[in-house]
Amino acid sequence: MCIAIPAEVVEIRDGNTGIVDYGDLMQEVRLDLVDVEVGDFVLVHVGFAIQKLSREEGLETREVFRQVYAAMEE
Amino acid sequence: MAVGQDILNTLHALVDRDLCLMHICGTHEASIARAGIRSVLPPHLKIVMGPGCPVCITPQGEIDAALTLVERGYIVATYGDLLRVPGSRGSLESSGGDVRVVQGVHKAVEIARRNPEADVVFVSVGFETTAPTVAATMLSGPPDNFSILSCHRLVPPAMQWLLEQGEAQLHGFVLPGHVCTVTGYEEYERFPVPQVVAGFEPEDILLGLMMIVRQIREGVHRVDNAYPRAVRREGNVKAKRLIYEVFEPFDVEWRGFPVIAKSGLRLRQEFEQYDAQKKYDIAIRHVDKHSACICDRVLRGVAQPQDCRLFGKICTPRTPVGPCMVSHEGACKIRHLYEARRK
Ligand code: SF4
Repeated sequence: MCIAIPAEVVEIRDGNTGIVDYGDLMQEVRLDLVDVEVGDFVLVHVGFAIQKLSREEGLETREVFRQVYAAMEE
Repeated sequence: MAVGQDILNTLHALVDRDLCLMHICGTHEASIARAGIRSVLPPHLKIVMGPGCPVCITPQGEIDAALTLVERGYIVATYGDLLRVPGSRGSLESSGGDVRVVQGVHKAVEIARRNPEADVVFVSVGFETTAPTVAATMLSGPPDNFSILSCHRLVPPAMQWLLEQGEAQLHGFVLPGHVCTVTGYEEYERFPVPQVVAGFEPEDILLGLMMIVRQIREGVHRVDNAYPRAVRREGNVKAKRLIYEVFEPFDVEWRGFPVIAKSGLRLRQEFEQYDAQKKYDIAIRHVDKHSACICDRVLRGVAQPQDCRLFGKICTPRTPVGPCMVSHEGACKIRHLYEARRK
């Protein structure tokens, strides 16, 4: 549960929620902890964006996390 | 792994004595095990996993407290990882009560809103990565029928204990990347030991190890940041502020460790209506373990999962004996997963 996954913010809704794109999955997340705009990359943990990432970092590490977590979930 | 090979060669050239480095993160352990990093390291360089799995370090007394809440007929919501962790009398999964797996604390609040007649308690485990999500939720005004059992822990006090205690003879620390995303690494600079914040790709980890070994060879100690893409020295300032607006540190036991000063987080007085322990008068008791499970030693970095005589025999991910075989971030589960795969 301490895992965190990079995702791109594609929509910001009223209040503190937004929609992020993990590459193959869209999900609603809470944005209480970060100040972001559409197009920013964030690290998502237990349904919350916990930090803003550089775009390059977001794309680069997404694949690594995907592989590691896919294996961990088995 | 071309870059990795270069780093690896440098590492082999640098390591000239027995060194033991500790990391404190389930995702690091998974990356290390998955890439088979231990098998390519210089023979004198040992990497151990410390207390980096929040579910694993939650002591039995806190699991028992969650079971008491279930027995009283409340809805108990928590992360899936916690379900099968054995308490003194079964696990949440086997309790037969209304236990719900949620993605995060905000989903538990939704359950409370949908069931205004029920008492809903969120069993809140996690390090500094998770605490701000709970803090933000507390500040957003959850309904009166909602509360949390706070099992939160802070990483630096445990590191301090490990350093003072010296049992594991550690020469350096790979700091938990996701925790540092939130906290930054300023507060780690007070520790007189080589440290590095490392990322999660095999190359990132090798680079981190190399940076620590360099510090050791130079006879210096500082915190190097090998993961500047995600971690800044000051961390996420807003998230840190929220944690301490809602929680305050207090002295608490960890599984495998004694009471560590100021290593837990409990709700401040302003939020005590959401504190399940106060609301339902639940006492958390210390429970002595009576089994051959050596999770406590694994969590302190003085034993490896394979040192446990139950590992892979009686204790498997399907039949876990201790929490380190239950959680996706537990050293035993991760080791079992990849050892089994390599055979
Ligand atoms: S293998 Fe099982 S019994 Fe042994 S230390 Fe790990 S969790 Fe405990």
